[in-house]
Amino acid sequence: MPGKLKVKIVAGRHLPVMDRASDLTDAFVEVKFGNTTFKTDVYLKSLNPQWNSEWFKFEVDDEDLQDEPLQITVLDHDTYSANDAIGKVYIDIDPLLYSEAATVISGWFPIYDTIHGIRGEINVVVKVDLFNDLNRFRQSSCGVKFFCTTSIPKCYRAVIIHGFVEELVVNEDPEYQWIDRIRTPRASNEARQRLISLMSGELQRKIGLKVLEMRGNAVVGYLQCFDLEGESGLVVRAIGTACTLDKLSSPAAFLPACNSPSKEMKEIPFNEDPNPNTHSSGPSTPLKNQTYSFSPSKSYSRQSSSSDTDLSLTPKTGMGSGSAGKEGGPFKALLRQQTQSALEQREFPFFTLTAFPPGFLVHVGGVVSARSVKLLDRIHNPDEPETRDAWWAEIRQEIKSHAKALGCHAVVGYSESTSICEEVCILSASGTAAVLNPRFLQDGTVEGCLEQRLEENLPTRCGFCHIPYDELNMPFPAHLTYCYNCRKQKVPDVLFTTIDLPTDATVIGKGCLIQARLCRLKKKAQAEANATAISNLLPFMEYEVHTQLMNKLKLKGMNALFGLRIQITVGENMLMGLASATGVYLAALPTPGGIQIAGKTPNDGSYEQHISHMQKKINDTIAKNKELYEINPPEISEEIIGSPIPEPRQRSRLLRSQSESSDEVTELDLSHGKKDAFVLEIDDTDAMEDVHSLLTDVPPPSGFYSCNTEIMPGINNWTSEIQMFTSVRVIRLSSLNLTNQALNKNFNDLCENLLKSLYFKLRSMIPCCLCHVNFTVSLPEDELIQVTVTAVAITFDKNQALQTTKTPVEKSLQRASTDNEELLQFPLELCSDSLPSHPFPPAKATSVDYSSFADRCSSWIELIKLKAQTIRRGSIKTTVTVEKASPVGDGNFRNRSAPPCANSTVGVVKMTPLSFIPGAKITKYLGIINMFFIRETTSLREEGGVSGFLHAFIAEVFAMVRAHVAALGGNAVVSYIMKQCVFMENPNKNQAQCLINVSGDAVVFVRESDLEVVSSQQPTTNCQSSCTEGEVTT
Amino acid sequence: MTSELDIFVGNTTLIDEDVYRLWLDGYSVTDAVALRVRSGILEQTGATAAVLQSDTMDHYRTFHMLERLLHLLHQLIFQIPPSRLTVYPFWMGLTQPSESPARPRQTPFPLFYGGYYAFDEAFVREVLGKKLSKGTKKDLDDISTKTGITLKSCRRQFDNFKRVFKVVEEMRGSLVDNIQQHFLLSDRLARDYAAIVFFANNRFETGKKKLQYLSFGDFAFCAELMIQNWTLGAVGEAPTDPDSQMDDMDMDLDKEFLQDLKELKVLVADKDLLDLHKSLVCTALRGKLGVFSEMEANFKNLSRGLVNVAAKLTHNKDVRDLFVDLVEKFVEPCRSDHWPLSDVRFFLNQYSASVHSLDGFRHQALWDRYMGTLRGCLLRLYHD
Repeated sequence: MPGKLKVKIVAGRHLPVMDRASDLTDAFVEVKFGNTTFKTDVYLKSLNPQWNSEWFKFEVDDEDLQDEPLQITVLDHDTYSANDAIGKVYIDIDPLLYSEAATVISGWFPIYDTIHGIRGEINVVVKVDLFNDLNRFRQSSCGVKFFCTTSIPKCYRAVIIHGFVEELVVNEDPEYQWIDRIRTPRASNEARQRLISLMSGELQRKIGLKVLEMRGNAVVGYLQCFDLEGESGLVVRAIGTACTLDKLSSPAAFLPACNSPSKEMKEIPFNEDPNPNTHSSGPSTPLKNQTYSFSPSKSYSRQSSSSDTDLSLTPKTGMGSGSAGKEGGPFKALLRQQTQSALEQREFPFFTLTAFPPGFLVHVGGVVSARSVKLLDRIHNPDEPETRDAWWAEIRQEIKSHAKALGCHAVVGYSESTSICEEVCILSASGTAAVLNPRFLQDGTVEGCLEQRLEENLPTRCGFCHIPYDELNMPFPAHLTYCYNCRKQKVPDVLFTTIDLPTDATVIGKGCLIQARLCRLKKKAQAEANATAISNLLPFMEYEVHTQLMNKLKLKGMNALFGLRIQITVGENMLMGLASATGVYLAALPTPGGIQIAGKTPNDGSYEQHISHMQKKINDTIAKNKELYEINPPEISEEIIGSPIPEPRQRSRLLRSQSESSDEVTELDLSHGKKDAFVLEIDDTDAMEDVHSLLTDVPPPSGFYSCNTEIMPGINNWTSEIQMFTSVRVIRLSSLNLTNQALNKNFNDLCENLLKSLYFKLRSMIPCCLCHVNFTVSLPEDELIQVTVTAVAITFDKNQALQTTKTPVEKSLQRASTDNEELLQFPLELCSDSLPSHPFPPAKATSVDYSSFADRCSSWIELIKLKAQTIRRGSIKTTVTVEKASPVGDGNFRNRSAPPCANSTVGVVKMTPLSFIPGAKITKYLGIINMFFIRETTSLREEGGVSGFLHAFIAEVFAMVRAHVAALGGNAVVSYIMKQCVFMENPNKNQAQCLINVSGDAVVFVRESDLEVVSSQQPTTNCQSSCTEGEVTT
Repeated sequence: MTSELDIFVGNTTLIDEDVYRLWLDGYSVTDAVALRVRSGILEQTGATAAVLQSDTMDHYRTFHMLERLLHLLHQLIFQIPPSRLTVYPFWMGLTQPSESPARPRQTPFPLFYGGYYAFDEAFVREVLGKKLSKGTKKDLDDISTKTGITLKSCRRQFDNFKRVFKVVEEMRGSLVDNIQQHFLLSDRLARDYAAIVFFANNRFETGKKKLQYLSFGDFAFCAELMIQNWTLGAVGEAPTDPDSQMDDMDMDLDKEFLQDLKELKVLVADKDLLDLHKSLVCTALRGKLGVFSEMEANFKNLSRGLVNVAAKLTHNKDVRDLFVDLVEKFVEPCRSDHWPLSDVRFFLNQYSASVHSLDGFRHQALWDRYMGTLRGCLLRLYHD
């Protein structure tokens, strides 16, 4: 009996009226875990019942503790008829199972009903007493920490990064069981929610077991997804990176006994050259490199050919990237030998991380991806999900061989996704081929070397750009030059990756969000024919997506893409492709050439004129973009570099490929002909369209930047204001004569308009950057396109200079001024019309005396008066409004003048898709948040139509996430992601249904400024209620 | 290509003050978009009309949701123990309380709140003193036509009055405090609402033509004085048995006091007393008043007017006509004689004070309670 779960139901509030006659409710609560149920007394006639129950105790296996959610149901007692359910709360108790996380879950949870939404709150306290169990055949994996964050969590240090863990579980979808025909929608939804909760618990436990087997203690970059396969079932799958983490500032942890990979590692003579990387890059040791005698190319080719025989046959998806220089070769081979063997016993040397400890990433090869079209069939035996496992294994194998073709032994920034339409499913996987430093992949001598590494690695900020494959044995035609930074190694002319920009990379100017959007019509078909049609279309789509990305990148004057994510969505009658990435100018890579337009019929004069006009427009755009993104690379002539490569620079080639379920292999040469410049040929209207669409992308308004990576390259002075948001749009296509072109335009407009709306909405935050912009496309019905965007807007300080050197005093001053700016932001919002995009210079902001409320009030009034001139009557009314704000505003002011430590409670739970919170330090990770909700309505019109319905639902989901985090004692969710938002409607029946799956890491953060004042400050556990009170009663 | 669904949900709710105002004023989305376009926002931000449309729709939807939350709040507030009175349901997720004391910026909720409870002067003048029941609601159409305020806005304001009235109706304690606590309104706005509720409860007539020159501010001022002096709460008489005492402390006039006011009649009924009173006032004011002769000539009429108003207050009907009577019996006669305000003040001060020297008059305290308030009211009502 390894665990005792204790639950106490304290009280409820804001319950709905269940008895119309008395306008009251007789509520009681059922607490269920596994098969055991407890009940509280009925609290008669109250909407705010005070149960104050005893401790309900469940004695359970830790296996169950991991799998089962705690299920709390609030009901209305009815003497004569059946008790009516008010709603439920599912609490994942996993965070209580490992020692460093939360010790108690206590707080107000929204009571959720799948038909009515949130209906009041319930105050619950949950505790777990775990007994140590040393049974080595145990099925549980309590104690393994899970992180959604795709980098090493902030308050930990990676001792070993073990590698890829994956698992999937399948079950029948309750929605498709025969019983669904006779049960209520509510019962069906609840069965689904419960099942998924159970399945994710089981999945997490199984992954945990694998981690323990590898002797790790944590999973980082944990990504769990649901595939709603309809009739064929429900698949819950997860991938992650197993690590051994060590909490920082704690005394050095003792590692478990040597794990199996490390034993083998010891036979490898890596000790002879503990830091091989330095030889290639350190300018002080060029001679040493020469002493290596073996032939690099030979060893490499042998290796690559021997490693995987089907290599030449398997398709490759990769962007060209650099080659090894002469000096680099030997070291590389050695390095490869070491790491390769370190990774060889791993089935898949994949890492879901996108950011790495310094020195971990040695070289980056390029993007590798694989897709496969499958026909779904019923999963006959849920306990042996062999088919699904085999499908994914196949894809992973392919990715692995692609990486090998690029001379890389590992794949980083790895992710998997699916798109399902009826019985066809596209499985996709992508990542970045890379060469890693073996030091992190094994234990043992890490300690000393790490420090050494850090120092030695500093001068090489270009290392990761250097090509990992051999120049003489390039996997695809690519154009190489010497690195513009160190001038010793070869680099490719463009680099595409799925990872975040390494922190030590030198970037010129700022980055920007680059998207390629594409639609392809497809005939409606059944089963096999359908799958074949899709398979045939895929290569063309990928080709075009890549072309678009390349064109747009060049148009921006940039040479590398980070965070690349290509999503292919399948619908009844079309395929959609959406690629998002963040473009940057890497200093190590050559300046991108322009885009040259060529016509097919050069004799026609007017045509010629048209072409030259277009050419001019393109050149202007490139110049404008360079200015906009501050790309001014230092001019380096070829002579100085001493390039031995006589070819002209502007040539881009990429080779990628496509594989289908049929194992049929396609090879595509994406290099655009053999021409020297990057040429766009306009030979038909299609091409014309392409060029036009290139030019229609509007840059964000001034003061705005956007990227899909964690942070914006080129901006580093973030202020603390963040606003996470989700925006959803659905458009209906007019079904008449849809052509590919019209479709493309519609889709393009949809995305562009969505971005424009975001910029407009967030204009009060200028200057700000939209980070981690995550677009998801789905095709819920024939003529519907749904785009979901989640991102976070972060403000930054325009005066970058301020940020560079600061004494603590200056820092606090700076902080004060930021505060003031924030104060002003609201009035700014009020008057944003009259003062468009007018950022308050800090100097001006500080000069306003905020200590007196009256002053502030009057300044508000002034601002509002300004405003009043632009809009009709109502200056009186406006003044009234301002006065009204006073009771609370006033209170806040009094609070504010008090020392900040006096009120350390934080009432707000922040949410962000990033792994950090600007201006704050994460002090504790409380556990993973992984929630799945279904909401259904049969009164769609009454709830404000589809928009009203979904708006309310998403707001409710946010609220529930926040409540759970607060109950864990946290004040933020980092690495938040909305993994699924499946929306279905039937307006004729006045019905709609939506499924949302979100996840993230619950954390405790402390503002850096607060840290300076009181170092031992801890946000109060479960403070939301006390805080709200404090807030308003002041 | 038509947009089926278009939403934006933030972890904290952004409220655009301009759109909020348009919504409060009851404009439809189409009208609001048109007005925003006219304000030049497109040029300033470089946005398109479609973006503006989407933004406006989104805000309107948010406001509707907040409105629901707002109403829920009052329902809740009524039920939960006093310590929780100020908690608003943060789970609705529409807005969160301010992050930390150091950052008072995030006050959209109170702002939203205050804005929601703001009202138009023109509207409140129309309904002031009327019964806040459904019957009057039918008249909202007329008010809307008359004042040019949209029907939607009228309805919101009317419903606000009604909601506040219903909540505080059965509460004990200070009216202003109750409103302020339960509706989280500013002091100023709470006072205004107290006046509205007080007027509605006592059904004071404010709509007559001769009262049209008075502003809401005038009435609110009087209401405050009356609440402070003429109600049960004013005397601070805590009812001994809370169940038996059904009168609202601050909303109903002190019945006993009104009954007692009859005693004042002696001031005008007893000829000697009236003459003595007059001579006392005249002696004191001689040479100090620009309109002395007019005052002297009118003294008896004025005094009769003021005392009779007091004596009649036992009847509900006369309570309702209080302001009509005051204007008819005092303000208008003085105004027709062109009394300057300063003279009115001198006169009223002297008129009230002199009574203390009337030996035969025994109801000094009563007189002071009556006249103290009335003097303040009259001075406020005395303007063009």
